[in-house]
Amino acid sequence: MDSHKGVLVCGEITEGKLAPITIELLGVGRKLANELGEDLSTLLMGSNTGGLGQEAIAYGADKVYVAEDSLLDQYNSDAYTQVAADLCRKALPSIMLLGHTDVGCDLAPRLNGRLGGGLAMDCLALSVDPATKLLVSTRPVFGGNAHATMVSKAARPQMATLRPKTVPPAERNDSRQGKVIPVEGKIDPSALKVKVVDRIKEEVEGIKLEDAEVVVSGGRGIGSAQNFEMVRELARVLGGAVGATRPACDEGWTPVTLQVGQSGKVVSPKLYIAVALSGAMSHIAGCLGSKAIVAINKDKEANIFSVAHFGIVADYKEVLPALIAKLKELRSA
Amino acid sequence: MNTIVCVKQVLDPEIPPAKFKIDPEAKKVIPPAGVPLVISVYDERAIEAACRLKDKHKGKITVISMGSAKASDVVKHAISMGADDGFVLQDEAFENLDSFGTAYVLGKAIQKIGGYDLVLCGRQAADWGAGQVGSILAEILGIPVVTLACDIQAVDKKLRVKRMVNDGYEVLEAPMPSVVTVSSEIGLPRLPGGMGLMLARKKQIPVWKAQDIGVEPSQLDKANAHTEVTGLSVPTRKTECEIIAGGTPGEAAVNLASRLVKLI
Repeated sequence: MDSHKGVLVCGEITEGKLAPITIELLGVGRKLANELGEDLSTLLMGSNTGGLGQEAIAYGADKVYVAEDSLLDQYNSDAYTQVAADLCRKALPSIMLLGHTDVGCDLAPRLNGRLGGGLAMDCLALSVDPATKLLVSTRPVFGGNAHATMVSKAARPQMATLRPKTVPPAERNDSRQGKVIPVEGKIDPSALKVKVVDRIKEEVEGIKLEDAEVVVSGGRGIGSAQNFEMVRELARVLGGAVGATRPACDEGWTPVTLQVGQSGKVVSPKLYIAVALSGAMSHIAGCLGSKAIVAINKDKEANIFSVAHFGIVADYKEVLPALIAKLKELRSA
Repeated sequence: MNTIVCVKQVLDPEIPPAKFKIDPEAKKVIPPAGVPLVISVYDERAIEAACRLKDKHKGKITVISMGSAKASDVVKHAISMGADDGFVLQDEAFENLDSFGTAYVLGKAIQKIGGYDLVLCGRQAADWGAGQVGSILAEILGIPVVTLACDIQAVDKKLRVKRMVNDGYEVLEAPMPSVVTVSSEIGLPRLPGGMGLMLARKKQIPVWKAQDIGVEPSQLDKANAHTEVTGLSVPTRKTECEIIAGGTPGEAAVNLASRLVKLI
């Protein structure tokens, strides 16, 4: 166990750049490494990493392991697991950090299964316990209604995936010095069992839910697909995206891809408007990070009012038309 | 085509948060009285995925659930939807396991059942949501894994899986057997039919203990746990909801509108 040292960030490259989550992880990783008095290293996998190694150093890495192979051009679970596991067995990091992205969600648990480490997913905070020097990971459980802290006493590496946008990005300093180390060894093609046949980009109509600054969500209380049009209209007027609760998606009023909550998307817009939804545990989990929450519900006891900043207690059918009309007027002025 | 589906019984995530209470000392959730446990949402979608494959290709669906004796309820739910067989894995040694322990026990049960082409799990559980059992299970079984599936087809003895990614989806081809973890985008689970409900009611759900599946209890020793929960807390939220005034709902709406434009 003592042979394991240092913090390793498993980087992600998107469209030829370091992914924002990787820059966030380098910031957290640097802090943890400083507290431990150990090194911060990064693993970059891709077909052409160019100057990204130097860039990772500017963001805080002491060492950057670069694995270049045409088979690593885009994320491939088998290839990435193989390369990352091999590197971990040689570099023996004490802590390994990944992003809670669609890459990290796949790679982290698989690597963990292969290496026998201890992994906490979707973390909101990471720190080092001053007494034990163990990584302490804080993660939401029960749909965010509780937070658990977790440690790995003996298993190595201690692994975590960090939820994007929970920490500020690392600061860039181009005068920082570090070493770029090419990863030796070829990928064994016979270990690539799953073939990537195609990648389809889906165009979303309007603004993407996760990126929107305003989200308007409707719940079961909307009552019908036709009435849901009012929710869409309100979102349009505010230049925002449409969301929905699980029951509203189950009813087929909106596509399931617009579901906000524990089993859907997690959003953190400036403004979240919850229309005719009660605020079940699972839904709240998806919108608690919003700067301001507005609730419109005819039941004043509805749970949504306990997390909202503003509210109107009334039937949404009597509120939305006036709200839409007034907003149109104010926004065109 | 033979599929094994791993399902978990959880606290209903649709309850209002006021009913959600924890015991911080024991680091456990106190189950609210009178609220029945439910099948974890993603696991129910995994059963749906298995049923769709069975509709097309025939074969058998076997469901396993590690948990208390009551877990037979979720196994029966799966049978009412179209699964053929099911087992509950219940033993004192299986309590409070981490993801590795859970995957180890499920792996032993799956090896005992044998003859499978596909193992399905939910992408994560609706309670602790560790999100790693399926992947560790695949490593233990030594078979490939595809995570976050939103569609699963069987074509020419291979699996064709759509995997959700940030800006769309990937189409992956995996050999059989593989582990696939299912996301809710796969679509709504079917409602149990009258016939299914009758079959489920009659079905005996055997309970497998550690020794029945060749589990070494020493492997599950807490001292060997890969992860340990050291604290559980309910985050405090200090929001004071300001009810926007107005003589009528329409007037309140107008007042709200002026507040909203300042926020964006």
